[in-house]
Amino acid sequence: MLKSTTLCLVATLILNISAFSVSAQNTGLLGKVAIDGSSTVYPISEAAASGFQKQYPNVKVSVGVSGTGGGFKRFTVGDTDISDASRPIKDSEFKAARESGINFFELPVAYDGLTLVAQKNNTWLNNLTIDEIKKIFLAGSAAKTWAEVREGWPNEQIRIFAPGTDSGTFDYFKEVVVGKTGGSLRSDMSTSEDDNVLVTGVSGTPNSIGFFGVAYYEENKDKLKSISIVNPKTGDSVSPTSQTIENGTYAPFSRPLFIYVNADSFKRPEMRKFVGYYLQNAAKLSSSSGYVALPTAIYKEAMMHCRKGKTGTHYLTSDLEKRSGPVTEIYQESNLVK
Amino acid sequence: MSDIDSQDDSNMSADDAEKPSKDGHIGEQSVSGPGGTPKTSLLEARDPDAFDKPTLITTRSRLAKDFRFRVMCILTACASVLILVFLLGSILGAGIPTLSWTLLTGTPEPEPENAGMWPALMGTLWVCTMCALITLPLGIGTAILIEEFTPRNRIARQVLALIQLNITNLAGVPSVVYGILGLTAFVSMFSLFDNSDNADGPSMEVGAVYYDQFSNVASDPFIDTGDTEAEERYFLFPVETRDAPSTVPKTGMLAYENSEGGLKEVEIIAIDPFADDAPTDADALSRTIDSTSDPGRISEKQWYYLRLPFGRGVVAGALTLMLVILPVIIISTQESLRAVPGTLRAGALGLGATPWQVVWNVTLPSAIPGIMTGSILAMSRAIGETAPILIIAGIVYIRSAPQHLMDDYTVMPLQIYNWTSRPQEEFHNIAAGGIVILLAILLTFNAVAVLIRHRMQNKLN
Repeated sequence: MLKSTTLCLVATLILNISAFSVSAQNTGLLGKVAIDGSSTVYPISEAAASGFQKQYPNVKVSVGVSGTGGGFKRFTVGDTDISDASRPIKDSEFKAARESGINFFELPVAYDGLTLVAQKNNTWLNNLTIDEIKKIFLAGSAAKTWAEVREGWPNEQIRIFAPGTDSGTFDYFKEVVVGKTGGSLRSDMSTSEDDNVLVTGVSGTPNSIGFFGVAYYEENKDKLKSISIVNPKTGDSVSPTSQTIENGTYAPFSRPLFIYVNADSFKRPEMRKFVGYYLQNAAKLSSSSGYVALPTAIYKEAMMHCRKGKTGTHYLTSDLEKRSGPVTEIYQESNLVK
Repeated sequence: MSDIDSQDDSNMSADDAEKPSKDGHIGEQSVSGPGGTPKTSLLEARDPDAFDKPTLITTRSRLAKDFRFRVMCILTACASVLILVFLLGSILGAGIPTLSWTLLTGTPEPEPENAGMWPALMGTLWVCTMCALITLPLGIGTAILIEEFTPRNRIARQVLALIQLNITNLAGVPSVVYGILGLTAFVSMFSLFDNSDNADGPSMEVGAVYYDQFSNVASDPFIDTGDTEAEERYFLFPVETRDAPSTVPKTGMLAYENSEGGLKEVEIIAIDPFADDAPTDADALSRTIDSTSDPGRISEKQWYYLRLPFGRGVVAGALTLMLVILPVIIISTQESLRAVPGTLRAGALGLGATPWQVVWNVTLPSAIPGIMTGSILAMSRAIGETAPILIIAGIVYIRSAPQHLMDDYTVMPLQIYNWTSRPQEEFHNIAAGGIVILLAILLTFNAVAVLIRHRMQNKLN
């Protein structure tokens, strides 16, 4: 009897939870939540941890920044409860988790728009097509001057500022630009792990180009201008705004950010509460951290995954081949691989 | 500057007056042979054309070189001081306006204006205090062994020489390497104590109490409790060990509930939500547990909690920093022990003191000022070290100060690093504030050490 009502009320409850979780402090809940992983996702997790601990002061949430790969290394041996990831789990990491018997929930929490930027007073660099981006960044066909990229652009040397090769941002950019051809990005770029260095570099160098997460662009709009990307399907040139990232027209440089939750840890009451809080507030937390919220349907789907115990990844096929595409298409139960 | 110039001139003229005669004398000697008795003609020896002129030129060029070198030294010194003043000025300029009580005693928050670094501050104090307590006795002991107790046996001497060589080399190893070493040696302890069931779990521990934590049905977002409103409550059942089977709740069992005044006992009601109806009374409902739900195993740790392997706790951090600064402390202690005059030791030994008495009563007290200087520098390095801590702790967000030796922690340099890499300008500003606090702590540490050094020096004098 109760079972049927429970199932019926799921949808309404999900919407109601945020209302009733804004109650006074609860000192009764104890425990620990260990999070580690991507520094890109870190601000969202930090905001979630901070908000959660205001309600449940006796739960100790710790967040680390070992990077997506480093986080998975710990997560797949059961060292952490939640892993922040700026890309989906890789087949090698998935195998490692399988070997140590770790089941996990794959929960998308936000979009990040990778933004290509130029100096604020650059008048001619307004948009780029994917082919032109390849001309600029690919190792083999690297253009030396802007004139080689598009006719009419100045015959000036191209200066590139890029995130470090260890970062998920670099990986993602490389994947989009290089694709599956196995090429590499040119090596004569100025790289830095600190995105603020890239901001300073691009804003102080004429005829330069750089790329990083949209949050850094949003904070430095007065020094930089974003370059629109010509959508390969529609042919329109689209600039990165929360709207275009959310509706997918800013393609192919918008990527989803994830948290991976250990299913064993998820049985613990404090973990259930925390993950619940994270998902219910993900939209708000991600936009306040400079990212873009996912469509509500995705958050609902993520809640359902946790509720029904649907573990596994959507981004690998059963043969552990990589699956790619927009999160709205991939994040479906039918794509789950345990 | 003009003062210095004139002084230089006067010096030079004094040198000019003195040196030629000296040179002349040497020249004379070479010609005249031992004893200084002139054997060749005096005329030749005193001929100004033959001797004074060339020596004058070389002296002048030598003095010019000396002057240039002095100017260069002054310039480099000024440059380094100016750079330091500029850096300090810009940091203080950016940092001091952001200094606030919140920054010192607050917890890290996503909003820069509410963010503080109390947990990082306490983490730094814990780790560095532990590190000092472990490293100083070890480092000074090693230095005393190498310097004061040189063995007579040749093989033993060679072993000591090998150790000495290694220590000298280790002082130059980048700290990130020690971080990786610390990860294997202290965090996981070479996997010697691994548990088969849980990679993170300790295999030996003291001072932990385990509980099974249940939530009441009202706090489960996925169970319908009808119209009755009940508050969220959580109940704890003590269990024997970490691996004990889960508690199965039954109606009438006594459970603990954590509240302001500590743990208090509560009688609980257990139902199967798929079979039974939930109680309609608000109080009863709030004490109702879903008997089919899985409990969460949590632990409460005493202040003396110890475990093996150490895990990513304070002790592992302190031991890793020990690796970083141990060579520095050993080498500086050796240097200051060598600086103690041998006559002091010989005198004490001559009075019949044992080697131990000599070290404890004579050598160590007179070497303490030097040892303190070395230790100050080493500890300052430990406080500012980021890379190894990033590897072995990896945590940058934590809201509570460490409670025991194995607790999670973060340190100030990590917190500052994290803030500077944020996109928001406000975070960069509070990072500057954090640097000012870190500098203040460093200077306090140093001041204490300088005070101790001063005292010891006075005593000896």
